Amino acid sequence: MNITIRLQRFDPETATPIAIFQEYTIEISEVATVLDAIIKIHEEVDGTVAMRYSCRSSICGSCAMKINGSAALGCKTRLVELAEDGGTITVQPVGNLPTVKDLVADFQPFWDKIRSVNPYLTTSGPEPEFERIASNKSMSNLLTAVNCIMCGCCFSDCTVLEVDPTFMGPAALAKAWRFVEDPRDSTADQRLNMLNNTEGGMWDCTRCMKCVEVCPKEVAPMDRIMEMREAAIQTGNTNTAGYRHTESFYNSVKKNGRLDETRLAIDSAGWTNLPRLLDLAPIGIAAMRKGKLPPLLPHKSEDHKKVQELYESVENDSD
Amino acid sequence: MYEHDLLIIGAGLAGLRGAIEGIQEGLDVAFMTKVHPVRSHSNAAQGGINAALTSRGDDWEDHALATVKGSDYLADQSAVEIMCREAGDAIIELEHMGVIFSRNEDGKLAVRRFGGQRVARTFFVGAITGQALLHVMYEQIIKHEARTYEEWFATSLIMEDGVCRGVVAMDIKTGELHTIRAKAVIMASGGAGRAYEPTAQAAICTGDGQALAYRAGSPLMDMEMIQYHPTTLPTNGVLMSEAARGEGGYLLNSLGERFMEKYAPDYMELASRDVVSRAEQTEINEGRGIDGCVLLDLRHLGRDFINERLGYLQEVATDFMSIDLAETPAKIRPGMHYNMGGIKADVNGRTEIPGLFAAGEAACVSIHGANRLGANSLLEAVLFGRRAAAGAVKFIKTEAERSVGDESVKNSVSKRLQEILDRPRGPRAAAVRRELALEMDKNMAVFRDQTGMESAAAKVAEVKMKLPTVSVDNKGKVFNIDLMSVLQLENMVDCAEAIVAGGLMRTESRGAHNRTDLKTRDDENWLKHTLAYQTEDTPRMDTSPVDITRWEPVERVY
Repeated sequence: MNITIRLQRFDPETATPIAIFQEYTIEISEVATVLDAIIKIHEEVDGTVAMRYSCRSSICGSCAMKINGSAALGCKTRLVELAEDGGTITVQPVGNLPTVKDLVADFQPFWDKIRSVNPYLTTSGPEPEFERIASNKSMSNLLTAVNCIMCGCCFSDCTVLEVDPTFMGPAALAKAWRFVEDPRDSTADQRLNMLNNTEGGMWDCTRCMKCVEVCPKEVAPMDRIMEMREAAIQTGNTNTAGYRHTESFYNSVKKNGRLDETRLAIDSAGWTNLPRLLDLAPIGIAAMRKGKLPPLLPHKSEDHKKVQELYESVENDSD
Repeated sequence: MYEHDLLIIGAGLAGLRGAIEGIQEGLDVAFMTKVHPVRSHSNAAQGGINAALTSRGDDWEDHALATVKGSDYLADQSAVEIMCREAGDAIIELEHMGVIFSRNEDGKLAVRRFGGQRVARTFFVGAITGQALLHVMYEQIIKHEARTYEEWFATSLIMEDGVCRGVVAMDIKTGELHTIRAKAVIMASGGAGRAYEPTAQAAICTGDGQALAYRAGSPLMDMEMIQYHPTTLPTNGVLMSEAARGEGGYLLNSLGERFMEKYAPDYMELASRDVVSRAEQTEINEGRGIDGCVLLDLRHLGRDFINERLGYLQEVATDFMSIDLAETPAKIRPGMHYNMGGIKADVNGRTEIPGLFAAGEAACVSIHGANRLGANSLLEAVLFGRRAAAGAVKFIKTEAERSVGDESVKNSVSKRLQEILDRPRGPRAAAVRRELALEMDKNMAVFRDQTGMESAAAKVAEVKMKLPTVSVDNKGKVFNIDLMSVLQLENMVDCAEAIVAGGLMRTESRGAHNRTDLKTRDDENWLKHTLAYQTEDTPRMDTSPVDITRWEPVERVY
């Protein structure tokens, strides 16, 4: 089939480096992947194209890139999934990371975040003579996160990282989950405490689902983050803006059938947290000027009784 | 200029395990890798890692005998004994580091059966054992805070009076060359599979370490021993783990027969890899194949079992063949998979070059002889990665001297690279590699003969002639993979030269080296390793005896 790859080029060695698109039309087999197409371009058409790739079978994590705007592994994406004969596919480097050249991104910020979660098994006491005993279920439970190949797709498309570079990001948090959940690790509490209180930690995820959507290995990082929130709450780690936010959200919808945004902001900050409340003041004033200030006292939704019934039904179900 | 006690080239399992050993011994250790460590090809080992856990009554000598028999009696038996004796401790160490091995009901480590062995002693993490091990080893490296040169490419060894005292390497991100001095260097740079097309090996497996050592005067040993794995995909060479058969999968021909009955009535699908690959190729050659393949049938195992134990195989089948293994058998065929040969090294990683050590697939100790058993490669990597580092530590503490040299090697590399960049338009590296690699897959494959190997030798010579004309489009410095592909091609050509020379020299059939014109194993003349030394012309060949301790060669029946 004929396919046009619209490839984002960036050469830092030109006088004024800017990203531009260059189109390559090639003939290639129907079963080829996006990576096969780019390799063909590099090998047969234009040797100046730079990218990373190695295993060709979605295990090394080298060839993450944006394909038609969404992060994916080039080696796991068939051309025919995206275009018919004669069609065009746009390929760019992963997002939320600086570009080195063409499709090659600088992963240093990604690795720094992985490092920041102390990503290694930490145990107490002397090593046993033989293996540590653990149930098969507890080990295979960790497979979801151990499946992670650190390709950076989740990091690339994370909507929080886009606006807040301090966020640890989905991959690092999924890695952290792997140790929190490991029955052999003796530091789950310290880990949860750190991830709970650190700026950019588990509460900064906005549950947009993007990481779950783009992950090529079904790690579902967001689900891992939610499980850690749950674990943090279960272990009494509740003195955080994140937890107060969740609690206020829950209470206000349950009580009024709708969100009380004013209260949510103050609850999250903490009623006695004067510095944080003062931080909020300018936002409130600006919102007032633009006529976007939420009502100071909550209005109950007409159907709030129904909402309460829904709460009760869900909560009874989960018991 | 940089300086360290120990420099390790390659950051797969062998390299990383070696780095940890060096750090624990208090040395200044650095490792260098042309890709980030977790991109290394150890990832691709799927099925598991062998060990006889004597604590539960398994017998390491039985593992050793299976390995020796698997090697068709070409492995050095004292080395095999060391590996099999120490394997149990290596497994326990990996578990302690955090590997999430599959477990039994009682919470102890579970095992599956692998090829060439009667006993189930292969420890595993689903079908992603290599990935699970590599990532844990990388976690340990983070914990130990090793100095790393990530995305650096070693271009030459620094040799002073016949001693290796460091490397010259290119920082791929900047294109700058640097001298890195070291009291000892370990080559743990992986296989040379890309000298073949197709191959199950990753694009990075270009025999870099073998070529560097070869040029510096080290012999490459038993390079003709190339493992064709029985179950690779026909389209792109990607591997389907032996675990598929270990867990009970069948191989079928076009008549629906489990044809292994004819070739290995006792072991069936779990005979040694060379035996199974030959059987498959025979079926295909005799017209009982399907589109040049045979079938791997897992249907009787059931979807739940396949998903739990062989999940990654299901992923590969979906991605590349659009089939569901629970419903459809996969078309597979023998494909280039592993280099049994490599840099001649002893059980402490020592090569014939003082200061240079080797471990893992880049090395030939020789554990695997003429055919490697499945799940012995991860074991070799962790175990001999550590042992090579221990050997290097001892050398550093007792014999090594610091480099006194200047930057002359760097300057000559710099000139060489500039000469490549300045070449007028010639053939592209990828096209030349393909030409060589297709020939290798044709004539240095499952079956070989004199005519075919001579044809391969002629091709190597032809490609060597072309090398000085291979040109690059990219003249820049930053991330110039075009330039790297030329340097990697040079490395692959050196490996191919040794592979073909070894094949022509070995006038018998043994393990993976199966000659249709000389069908028998010749123990009288060929209980020997082939050694290739580089010269200006074709390699100078020599041999060294096989070390036989307790298992006298007998006829190999599965």
